[in-house]
Amino acid sequence: MLRVQGLTTRLGGQVLHQHLALELRSGEVLALVGASGSGKSVLLRTLLGLIRPAAGTIEAFGQDLTALNPQQMRAIERRWGVLFQDGALFSSLTVAENIAVPLKETLDIEAPLRDEIAALKLALVGLPPDTGDKYPSELSGGMRKRAGLARALALDPELLFLDEPTSGLDPISAADFDRLLADLRASLGLTVLMVTHDLDSIYTIADRVAVLVHQGLKIGTVEELRRDDDPWIVRYFGGERGRAAQARAEAENGG
Amino acid sequence: MAEEGWIAAKPGGGEGIFAAGGSWLVAAAPALDRQLGALERSAPARLSGRQRVHVDCVDLEALDTVGAWLMLRLKAALGGRGAEVSLDNLAARFTPLLAQAEKYHPRETPRPRRGFFGPVDVLVALGAWATIGAKEVWGGLDFVGEVTVAAGRVLRRPRYLRPMAFLSQMQRTGPAALPIVGLLSFLVGVVFAYQGADQLRQFGAEIFTVNLLGIAFVRELGVLLSAIIVAGRSGSAFTAEIGTMQVNEEIDAMTTIGLDPIDVLVLPRLGALVVTLPLVAFYANVMGLLGGAAICYLALDIPLPIFLSQLNQALTGWEFWLGIIKAPFFAAAIAVVGCREGLRVSRSAESVGRRTTLSVVESIFLVIVLDAAFSILFAQLGI
Repeated sequence: MLRVQGLTTRLGGQVLHQHLALELRSGEVLALVGASGSGKSVLLRTLLGLIRPAAGTIEAFGQDLTALNPQQMRAIERRWGVLFQDGALFSSLTVAENIAVPLKETLDIEAPLRDEIAALKLALVGLPPDTGDKYPSELSGGMRKRAGLARALALDPELLFLDEPTSGLDPISAADFDRLLADLRASLGLTVLMVTHDLDSIYTIADRVAVLVHQGLKIGTVEELRRDDDPWIVRYFGGERGRAAQARAEAENGG
Repeated sequence: MAEEGWIAAKPGGGEGIFAAGGSWLVAAAPALDRQLGALERSAPARLSGRQRVHVDCVDLEALDTVGAWLMLRLKAALGGRGAEVSLDNLAARFTPLLAQAEKYHPRETPRPRRGFFGPVDVLVALGAWATIGAKEVWGGLDFVGEVTVAAGRVLRRPRYLRPMAFLSQMQRTGPAALPIVGLLSFLVGVVFAYQGADQLRQFGAEIFTVNLLGIAFVRELGVLLSAIIVAGRSGSAFTAEIGTMQVNEEIDAMTTIGLDPIDVLVLPRLGALVVTLPLVAFYANVMGLLGGAAICYLALDIPLPIFLSQLNQALTGWEFWLGIIKAPFFAAAIAVVGCREGLRVSRSAESVGRRTTLSVVESIFLVIVLDAAFSILFAQLGI
C-alpha cells in the first residue's frame, strides 16, 4: 500500500527524520506514536505530499510520489482520504456540502445523487441526517471529527490517514470512534495509518505500532514493542497509563 | 482498471431477471444512477402480486459503499411496488458493505425547495433589512459608548495604559504608512496643479494655481487622502487581526483571564491611530504641495521662492488647523469600526473576510460623511 525508504526530512535547518523506513500492508491499521515534537505530524504531512522530503522515496499504490507530476498526484490523492486533527472542515460550507466537495471535484455527478451520497456517508459515520444542513461551527468536537471522517470517506478510499482521531474527545466518544473505525475498516477493507496518543485506541484497533524515536521508526506489534529497551518506549507502554490501557484491553477481551 | 459497473436485463433470462456486473464504485455512480433510473421507469408501475425480481450479481467485480447503496436503493424502489427482490450469487465479501449501506435511510420527505420570490417576500426582506440596519447603528453607538467609558478609565488611571501595544500600533499605523501616503499625495498634487493651471491660464491667472492647490490640500485633500489610505491599510488590519484572534478563541481566553478586550485590543489601536493620523495627514500635505510645486516650476515657470510666498499669502494659520483638526475624528472612526468588526467575527474563515470588507467600506463611508459634516459646521461658523 505504502512504502517509505530512506526518508530524510529537514525543516528550518533541523533534521526531523533520517533514513526512515516504513511499510504499510494492505488492510492493516498502523498506529504512529512518538513524543510531542518528534515529528509525527511532519511525517504524516510528508507522506501526503504537503512537505517535500530532503531525500528518500515514498511509494503509494506502487508509484513513487516524489516522481509524479501534479496530475498523477491528483489521481493518487483520490485513492486516499485524510482526517485532520480538528476535522479541517471548510467553515463556509455546511457539513453535507463539505462531504460533497471531493465528489464535485472528481466526478461529473448530478446534484440529487451527490446529496444522497453525502447523506449516505453521514449515516456511515453515525451522524444524524440533520447534521448535513449544519455548519461546522455548530458541531461539537466529536461530531466535527465524524464529519471530517465522512468527508475523508467520500470517494471510498483504499487508504485512510488519520491525525489524532480521538484526541480531545471524551472517553465514551473516543471509544465509539474506535469502534466505528474498526467497523468501517472490517467492512470497507480500509488500510489505515493513524497518528495517535491514545493508548486505548492502540490496544483496541491497531495491528501494529510505529514509534518515532531518534529520527527513525521502530515498528512492531504492541507485544514486540513492549520487549524493546528504548527508554521512551519502555515508559510509553510501561507507564501507569500504558498499563491501565493494557488492563482495560485485556479485561474487554477476556469478558 | 476493472470494467465500469452496469446492470441490464439478463439475456435469455425472462421477465424480472437482471444481471449486474463490473465495478460498482463511486466513480461509476453517475452512469449507474442513470441505468438504474431507466430500469426503474421501465418496470411496470405495479408489479403483479408477489412477483420475484432477481438480480444476478455473479459478474460483480468490485463494490464500495456507494455501489452497495445503489443496489439497496433499487431493491427498495422495486420492493415498494410489491416485488420481492433478491440479489443472487452475491460474493460473501460484499455482505458487510451492504450492511454498512443499510445504516442509511433516505429522508421520507424531500427538503423543501425554495419557492417563488413574491411581493410579500420583498416586503419581508425590506423589513429585515431595515431592522438589521437599525440594529447596526444601535450596536455601533453601544460600542462607541463602551470604548469611551474604557478610554475615560484609562485616562484617569494611566497605569491601565499598555505602552508597548500602543507604541507598536503607532509604528504600524504611522511610519509604515508614510511611503504609500507620500507617493499618492505627491501624485495627486501633480494632477491637481496641472488641471488647475489649465483652467486658470485662460484668465492669465496661473499664479492662483498655488492658492487653489494650497487651500485644497491643506483643508481637504491631505487629510482625506491619508484617512482613506489608512482605513484601507490599518482599519482592515485591525479587523483581520482581531477577527483571527476571535476565530482562535483568543478573545475568550483573554476575558477569562480577566482582561478586557477593549482595554487590551481596542484602546491601543484607537490611541495610536488618533495620534498618528494627524501626523500622517501633515506629511500628506507637505508631499502634495511638493508635487504641486514641482509642476508649478516645470510647467508654469513659477520658481520655488515665489511659490512659497504666494502660498504664504493664500494660507492663514487657521486654514492649516481646520484641516488637521479633522484627522483625530477620522482616526477614531476608522479604529472603532475596524475593531468592532473584528470583534464581531464568528468562528469561520469566511466571516473574517466578510467583516474585513465591511470594515473598510464602513470606515471610508464614515470618513466621508464626517468630512461633509465638518464642511457644513465650518460653513455655518463662517470659517
